[in-house]
Amino acid sequence: MIAGISIYEILTLSSILFFIGIYGFFTRDNLITVLMAVELILNASAVNFVLINTYLYPDLLQGAVFSIFIIALAAAETALAIAIIINLYRIIYSVEVKDTEIMKY
Amino acid sequence: MERIIFYILAAVIILFAVASVTSRKILRAVIYLLFVLIGIAGLYFLVDYNFLAAIQLTVYGGGIIVLFIFAVMLIHHVELVLEKTALKKKLIAGALSASGLAVTLWAISTYPFPETSATAYSSIEVADIGRILLSYEDGGFILPFEVISVLLVAVMIGSIVIAKGRKLVADGSPKTEDGSEKLTENK
Repeated sequence: MIAGISIYEILTLSSILFFIGIYGFFTRDNLITVLMAVELILNASAVNFVLINTYLYPDLLQGAVFSIFIIALAAAETALAIAIIINLYRIIYSVEVKDTEIMKY
Repeated sequence: MERIIFYILAAVIILFAVASVTSRKILRAVIYLLFVLIGIAGLYFLVDYNFLAAIQLTVYGGGIIVLFIFAVMLIHHVELVLEKTALKKKLIAGALSASGLAVTLWAISTYPFPETSATAYSSIEVADIGRILLSYEDGGFILPFEVISVLLVAVMIGSIVIAKGRKLVADGSPKTEDGSEKLTENK
């Protein structure tokens, strides 16, 4: 628990971070930058898990465990997505969202 | 003191997050994302979740950001400047995110969170996290833990297979306008 900071301020911070991620997800055209916006969103949710655990259930550990799972999932998702993006670049020589029209091969 | 540090961290996180989604130089956007992730690790340190902060720094700061930088350097020229986003798209996205943020903040500010006493709180030991991850009694996380392990192995193999790909064109011909032709001839 952070002295002098209420849970409202922390939840405000994580919601702002989440919606900055949403904004990036809407406006970006490049697949790598879209992936970066997704990272921001995932991080905001991990912060929420940890801080709600700290403030409301200080004797439990569930929030920390779920944050670890979120971080593991984010790492897996990023590795796979970047592999797909690199392969896509070899095939169509572009990573723009508007050029990605086919799923197969 | 902690209050001031929290506000500094919050300002750093929000400023660099905005810079990361609006910067048109792609490598700079990745570095701004790194600062956001480090700021969040600082937040974890502030609430005494040292283990989680260490994970955040190693997995995100050390792994994911390096992966992003590799991808950027493999795909783009480092000096690449992204296309300008259309103003209309920016306005619509900004309005949607702002309205979503307003609804969320309203919901948060009207919800009566119970007050907890600061004395009940103690810092979390790594041993406790390990014990709960591997416990198969009530409230244990052994099943998700194993599922995550299998998922990580599957993702590792899958990304190697996908990224290895196959040789596209025998003569290494340069970029063409139409990608679909290239596909059929290289099957």
